[in-house]
Order: sequence, then C-alpha cells, then structure tokens
Amino acid sequence: MIGLITSLLAITISAGTSLLYATIGEIYTERSGILNLGIEGMMLMGAVTSFAVSYYTNSLFLALLIAMVVTAFMALIHAFLTITMKANQVVSGLSITIFGTGLSSFLGKRLGPESNNFNLYGVNGKNFPDIQVPLVGDWPIFSAILNQDILTYIAYLIIPLAWFFMYKTKKGLNLRAVGENPRTAEAMGINVIRTRYIYTVIGGMFAGIGGAHLALAYTPGWNEHITGGRGWIVIALVIFAMWNPGKAILGTLLFGGINAIQFRLQAAGTDIPASLLNMLPYLVTVLALVLLTVYENYGKRKIGAPSALGKPYMKEDK
Amino acid sequence: MKKKLYWLILIISALTFLTGCQKKTDVSDSGDKAAVEQTEKFKIAFIYIGAPGDLGWTYEHYRGKQMIETKYGSKVETVHIEDVPEGPDASRVIRQYAQEGYNMIFTTSFGYMDPTVEVAAEFPEVYFEHCSGYKTADNLSTYFGKMYQPRYLSGLVAGSMTKSNIIGYVAAFPIPEVTRGINAFTIGVRKVNPDAVVKVIWTSTWYNPTQEREAAVALLDAGADIIAQHQDTTEPQKAAMERGKLSIGYDSDMGSFVGETVLTSPVWNWGAYYTRTVGEALEGTWKSESYWGGLKEGVVELAKMSPLVPADVVSLVETETAKIISGSWDVFDGPIKDQDGNILAAEGESIDAGKLLSQSFFVEGVDGKLK
Repeated sequence: MIGLITSLLAITISAGTSLLYATIGEIYTERSGILNLGIEGMMLMGAVTSFAVSYYTNSLFLALLIAMVVTAFMALIHAFLTITMKANQVVSGLSITIFGTGLSSFLGKRLGPESNNFNLYGVNGKNFPDIQVPLVGDWPIFSAILNQDILTYIAYLIIPLAWFFMYKTKKGLNLRAVGENPRTAEAMGINVIRTRYIYTVIGGMFAGIGGAHLALAYTPGWNEHITGGRGWIVIALVIFAMWNPGKAILGTLLFGGINAIQFRLQAAGTDIPASLLNMLPYLVTVLALVLLTVYENYGKRKIGAPSALGKPYMKEDK
Repeated sequence: MKKKLYWLILIISALTFLTGCQKKTDVSDSGDKAAVEQTEKFKIAFIYIGAPGDLGWTYEHYRGKQMIETKYGSKVETVHIEDVPEGPDASRVIRQYAQEGYNMIFTTSFGYMDPTVEVAAEFPEVYFEHCSGYKTADNLSTYFGKMYQPRYLSGLVAGSMTKSNIIGYVAAFPIPEVTRGINAFTIGVRKVNPDAVVKVIWTSTWYNPTQEREAAVALLDAGADIIAQHQDTTEPQKAAMERGKLSIGYDSDMGSFVGETVLTSPVWNWGAYYTRTVGEALEGTWKSESYWGGLKEGVVELAKMSPLVPADVVSLVETETAKIISGSWDVFDGPIKDQDGNILAAEGESIDAGKLLSQSFFVEGVDGKLK
C-alpha cells in the first residue's frame, strides 16, 4: 500500500511539474491584467527548441536557456499586440497557440539530424536525470518527493518564493495594483505598460520551462503535440488556484495526479469509468469558479480574477 | 492602428493554415518538361492523416508509396498531402486532386470513408482506394490487413519471455480493430504460457505521448514485465525500457527507434498491396474489391526479432507463420473461450464471421474491461 502511494505520488509530482511552472507564469501574467491563451503554443515551442538544443549541444542548461529565450520572444509578441497595439487578448493568445503548434511540428520535422530524415522524432538527447537525496531519498513516501529531477526541486523552491514575492514585497503589491486598477496604479507612480510587459514576458519564460520539462525530463524526446492540451489545463488551473501561486500546487497535483490514478484504477480493475475521472479536474474547476462568484457576491473580500484582466489599458487622452 | 492589427492577425492565421496542409510532390522534373510528361504519366495521390515523421501509421503508407515509385518508376507520378483532418476538409482535398486529373487516389484513414464515397461518385473515371473502411463503389475499393496474424505471433514471443506472467497492453479505443488485436495477441501468449494474463488499459487517445507513457507506467507498477501497445507513439516502449523491461512495438519496426528491448513489432507492409493494385490499374484490369490481406499476401508481417529473443522462440514463430501462410490454421480457429470461460468456438470450429468482425468479446486470459 505504501509502495503504491509512493509511486502514485512520484508520478503525480513529475506530471505536475510542467503544469506548475506554466501555471505560476500565467498567474503572474494575469495578475498584471494580461490574459495569455498562448501557453499551449509556448509550451510546445519550449519543448521542441529545448530538445533540439540538448540533442546538438548536450548542454541542458543551454537547452533550458534557449527555450526560455524563444518563449520570452513569443510572449513579447503577445505583449506588443495586446499592450502597445491594444488588441483583443483572446484573439492574440489564440493566434500564438495556433502559430506555436504549427511551428513546433514544422521545426520537429526540420531540425533533426540528416540520418533521421531531419526528424527530431525518434532521436535521443540528453535529459535531466532523477537525483536522489541522500539518506531520506529511499524512504517510502519521501522517495516520491526526494527522487525527482532538478527542475522539480527548483519548482519546490519557486512556489513559496512566488507566493512571497506576490504578497509580501512592494513589487508584488505593484503588480497586483496594476491588475486591479491600472489607472490608480499609474497615479501612484507605477509604470503600467512596463509592468505588464515584464510579467507577460516572465510568464512566457515559465511556460517555456514547463515545455522543456516535458521534453527533457517527463517524456524525454520530441513528439508532435507533446503537451497534449496541457497549455489549456494551465488556463483552468489559474482559475482553480484563484490567482494565488501558493494554491497552484494543489491544482497541479490534482490535475497531474488524476491521470496516474485513473490508469492505476483501470489496472486494478475497478468499475469507475475512466472518462468520469478524466473530467473530474474540470468539474472541480467549474465548481471552484461558482463558489468563488457566490463568495464574492455575498462576502466582502475579493479573491477572484484581477479586475482589469483582459482589458487594454488606455492612458487618458491628453 | 486597429486596422493594421487585424491585417496582421489575418496574415498570421492565413500562414498557419497554409503551412498546416503541406503539399509535397516527389517529382524531380521541373518546368515545362514535367508539364508535358504529366499528361502521359499515371498520377497517384495519397491523403495522409498524419505526417511520415510519425514513424508509425503514416510512415508505413509513405513506405508503400515509395515502393510504387521503385516498381513503376517513370510510368507513375505520386504525390502526398499530410495532416488532412477527417471530415468535410477531407472531401475538399480529395475533390481537388480528382479535379487536377489524378488517376488514382488513396485515402489512408478510416474517417475518410464517407468523403471518399462522396467524391468517388462525382468522378467515375478516377480510381479510389480507401483504407480500413467498409463502403465500396464501382470505382472505389477498400483495403486493410489481417494485423491480428502478426499480433498473434508477437504474443507467442511475449508469452515465452515474460517472467512475472503479466503482460501490459496499452490500447487506444475499444473498437473492433483494437480488440481483435488484443484477442489475437492473448491467444498467442496463452498458447505458450497458459498462466500468463494480458492486462489492458484504455487511453482513449491514438496519439498523446504523455498519456500513453503514464498508462504504460501504471501497467509496469501493476507487475507487467512486457508492454505491448496499440497506439501511434513509441512512448509505452520507451517507458518500459527505462524501467529495464521489455516491449512489443506496433505499426513500424519500433526496435530501430527505441532499442533491442523492443522484442519485435507487428508491422504494415502496404507496398505489397499498392504495387499490385496500381499494376492492375495500369493494365486496365482493376476491379472494385474489399481487400483483406494477411501474412500470406505480405501486407502485414512481423518485424525482425531483437537479439534478446532466444533461438527456440524464433523457430516457434517461424513454424506458426508457415502454418498461417499455408492456410491450414488461423488465429481465431477453436477452441476459444471468452473471458468468463464461455466457449466461443469449439475444437474444429472457428469464430463466426459476424463475431470476428465486431469483436465484442475478450478471450480468456485478458484482464481488462470492454467499455
């Protein structure tokens, strides 16, 4: 039993890592008032570029760096369109996803070695090994948490840091102010445009790391559409986490674990239909959204979406 | 400002859609010369659901196309189009090739069935070939292979080599094609190892690398030491290899991409059918048919064995192959029992045709549910 729980937890954490990075990035982006629906495309681009770099250079650090640069650039396009050009954020985000999906499969067929018909699919590159923490690393339960790859360990650190930054620092306060009421924030001397640019680009970089984790650690190698819709799950996760990086961990564990659990239930021969379990995380998201609205309408505290989310910021005409 | 932006988005989306469907002509001739010759050449078009880069389903159809080129050389001109979605888009693409004067069109996915039927009725002069469907017309044939035969053979290999007596099977959807494969595989496993069971997990995807890997890991955790699959990725095989476990591939020779832990793979060899039907069309003897070829016709086969497979297992597989090819025995000949021990076919009988096609049962030895 302990063995089963340990292996379930291990795969849940591993499956959740890519979601966690992208979710934290998206929370920061949305907190600044920019909705980025391009996550799926960015994760795919992060995956394909990081894998290509790791294959040719054998440097995981460089692979991660390039993935972040590429997705930061994609986020920059989104930022330019939505912040400077004041375009519809939904349309721009969807274009980025469609663009990233197409370009990543195109690159996957062109960046590979000549011996493999220029395909990246079917070649093996270097990937992040699991590192076991000495002493406690092979205890039951502990081994699930302390026998993971380096990106997952970094994720453990990022959750509290991201929470601390958002709620306990001045910069975090500024960020939240920009997302809630950009006009007031501007009056307080915060540069709204610059803030939004910065956090959109940071969000993109995090999506890139998420994609790189898929291609370099979770399912090592490149497959077309390797994300399998994870970018969209991230959008749901942000809502589930109520735009709070601390709560993101619960959501990623739920979403990441549900598949692992579903397959194990099938292997154990239970009668619960797999499709029912598969829709559970979405059901919980809808439920969370409903409860949120009810709570906000009858309660006093505001915990939901940033008020200015999705709205372009126009300075008053001079 | 706004106007500019809409143009930008319009251009971006237009570009994406254009690159989505890439057209590739494999003719090296260029310019006017090609244009003159094209009128004399027999032009063949292939509609692919994926890209040859999948190293699976579409890759095998691509290999078949290459075999047509090798055999008929300058007499034919072939072209293929990748990533065509099933549904109305398919009709449009198929119709376009028919209008451009292609003589023969292969549509290589089940979902192209109705679009192909629709377009075939509009162009009676064009030969149509649809893979894996069941609707035919005067100018429309269907073709498929008895994949269950090599699946059975791969079951013999898995049954001989499992130590835990649990073999995992990552399966896509509970449709006849897939359950037939599971049943044939299990019959093979149980023939050499009556104690072994085949544990089945449904992923509800044909292609989702992360899901298929997780399913394989769940099976490995449940004690499986060999992973077989019916999916379009190599992830289950890779997951098994990382755990130091063995696997059986599918579609194409996955051993060459993953390593020798892939014991063997039941594979398609469409060239055997393609060269025949194109030849008939060239000679004018082509007739509409429902083709279901097996090991004998060479449309399906077992990929070469990994060096890990012991010699006695290899020779067993050779004996069984010869038996199937000679026609003296086939996989679904009795005695066969279903999962609950009910007799489906007694000694000397075989499962009746209707049941064989619908495959709404699991044979004895399968540990899984048909949902």
